[in-house]
Amino acid sequence: MHASIDAKRDNETAWKVRLQEWWFRNRALIGYAFIFPWFAGFIIFDAMPFIYNLYLSFTDYQIGTVGTPPWIGIENYTEIFTDDKLFGKSMFNTLYYLGYSVPLRLIFAFSIALILNLRVRGMELYRTLFYVPSVVPLVAATVIFAGFLNTRYGFLNQFLVLIGAAPVRWLSSPDAIKPSLILLSLWGFGAQMIIFLAGLQGIPEDLYEAAAIDGGTGWHRLFYITLPLMTPTIFFNLLIGLIDGFQVFEQVFILIGTHGGPLQAGLVYMLHVYNKAFRDFEFGYAAALSVVLFLIIFVLTVMLVYTSNRWVFYGDAQDDET
Amino acid sequence: MIEDPRTKLVRHIIIYAILTVGAIVMMVPLLWTVSTSLKTRDKITIRRLELIPDPVAWENYPYLFEARPIILYARNTMIIVVAALFGAWVPCTLAGYAFARIPFPGRNFFFGILLATMMLPYVVRLIPLFLFFDEIGWNRTFGPLILPRLLGHNAFYIFLYRQFFRGIPDDIHDSARIDGCSEFGVWWRIFMPMSRPVLAAVSIFAFSFAWNDFLSPLIYVGSNKDLWTLALGLNALQGFEGDDNSLNLIMVFSMLMIIPMLVVFYFGQKHLISGVTAQGSLKG
Repeated sequence: MHASIDAKRDNETAWKVRLQEWWFRNRALIGYAFIFPWFAGFIIFDAMPFIYNLYLSFTDYQIGTVGTPPWIGIENYTEIFTDDKLFGKSMFNTLYYLGYSVPLRLIFAFSIALILNLRVRGMELYRTLFYVPSVVPLVAATVIFAGFLNTRYGFLNQFLVLIGAAPVRWLSSPDAIKPSLILLSLWGFGAQMIIFLAGLQGIPEDLYEAAAIDGGTGWHRLFYITLPLMTPTIFFNLLIGLIDGFQVFEQVFILIGTHGGPLQAGLVYMLHVYNKAFRDFEFGYAAALSVVLFLIIFVLTVMLVYTSNRWVFYGDAQDDET
Repeated sequence: MIEDPRTKLVRHIIIYAILTVGAIVMMVPLLWTVSTSLKTRDKITIRRLELIPDPVAWENYPYLFEARPIILYARNTMIIVVAALFGAWVPCTLAGYAFARIPFPGRNFFFGILLATMMLPYVVRLIPLFLFFDEIGWNRTFGPLILPRLLGHNAFYIFLYRQFFRGIPDDIHDSARIDGCSEFGVWWRIFMPMSRPVLAAVSIFAFSFAWNDFLSPLIYVGSNKDLWTLALGLNALQGFEGDDNSLNLIMVFSMLMIIPMLVVFYFGQKHLISGVTAQGSLKG
């Protein structure tokens, strides 16, 4: 009786041990199996398109091109830098947009996060109120702004009239388009604010106590504790902000259309790429434009990462092995 | 350090003044959206500021469902959302687990590739992917929107999982293995239940990216109205019934897109922070 139960248990254990051994022996294979879907996606949706895009940029691939697209060397690139007036214009517009929206968003997000971190009463409500606009889907946020900034029926102009100021043609005057886009981007600073807030709450309380004992004022604490410890988060938000900012598209597409508004004052770089690819169907040329943008983003990222060890403070936190 | 009560009072007044003014400025566009969505057609073209709608046109909401195929848009959007959630829950967690826990030759190399793709801008893949999907006859279908998501093609999610899984103590993993649990069993029985914060965070991201996606639906199904998503439908409403006359309906539609997002974020917000910041994932 006992013997049979024992035998059964032994059998079961043996089976388990064998399975365990099998897993252990094949764990490399299992590892590969687990990453396989990602890797297949990487080959199909990242690597091959990336290489093909590079190839396309040296060809004259257009709609109706049959078979192998004609190789034209660097002709697309020479055209971009010598002939294409919209290249300079769209790059200028993008840089203008970036130059204001990225730093302003960082400053707003960081200052409000600092204030919210003071832990005064009602902070959770305020945090929610500042955060909610960044939860609004981008398409919805953009059509809301299209109405909000409407010259006659929009809130902003009606408010300006109410307080006796002159209304502005936000979306139809060339001078106001870029500020309108920057305004829209500022409305969504809550996402960055939340990241800053999480970082601020991770700063150990005893550092502040130590500073207070040494007679440090609030400003001392800000400049010698908070800011240095927050540099990794600032760096992260700056990098993501720049990479996203260079690719700004949907807002502009919805707000002012593919032509980029009057005098093309809102023609951002991605809109230029989109027009070349999906309106003119000059895929080769558009690919070259996208490669140029990629190189700009790439160089900028490398430069930022390279210079970051001068100002980004990673503390004594050991980065354990990967 | 003891603060002078008067200084403290002044400080508090300044803090609350900044926060209140800021919060009002942030909320005004949303309040205006709600208010405009409840205005009648002749009220939206009044050129005077009127924040409280009078009369309140609740009928705008059912009317939008008659005027536009909202249910169809919502169904199409949900198909993409479901694909995104599947990808985020199954292939991405497996890959994250492998990168964090299973030693296999070349793991660091593959992880390096993963990090590199996180930095790869979408724009350099846009055109070749379009041509590729067009070539295999998937243009004007859901294929290009669904397949990458089903495969869990998102380096960022895998990265978040990997950071989180790495933070789970080795002992738990080892003791489960010693007790005879398989690699798959450890992943399913131990890591998944412990990983609710990161799962919630990634699910919110997956939901909101799929819900908000505009450029890829525009390119692939923009010319096929049967497959339009909510985002495409909302964008198209802008030119509906003349530009300014349908402001109220545009705002109704916007509210329909906003409310589900608010619900998702409301229920997920406490996980969002802990899931993303756990184990210093922001520091990489």
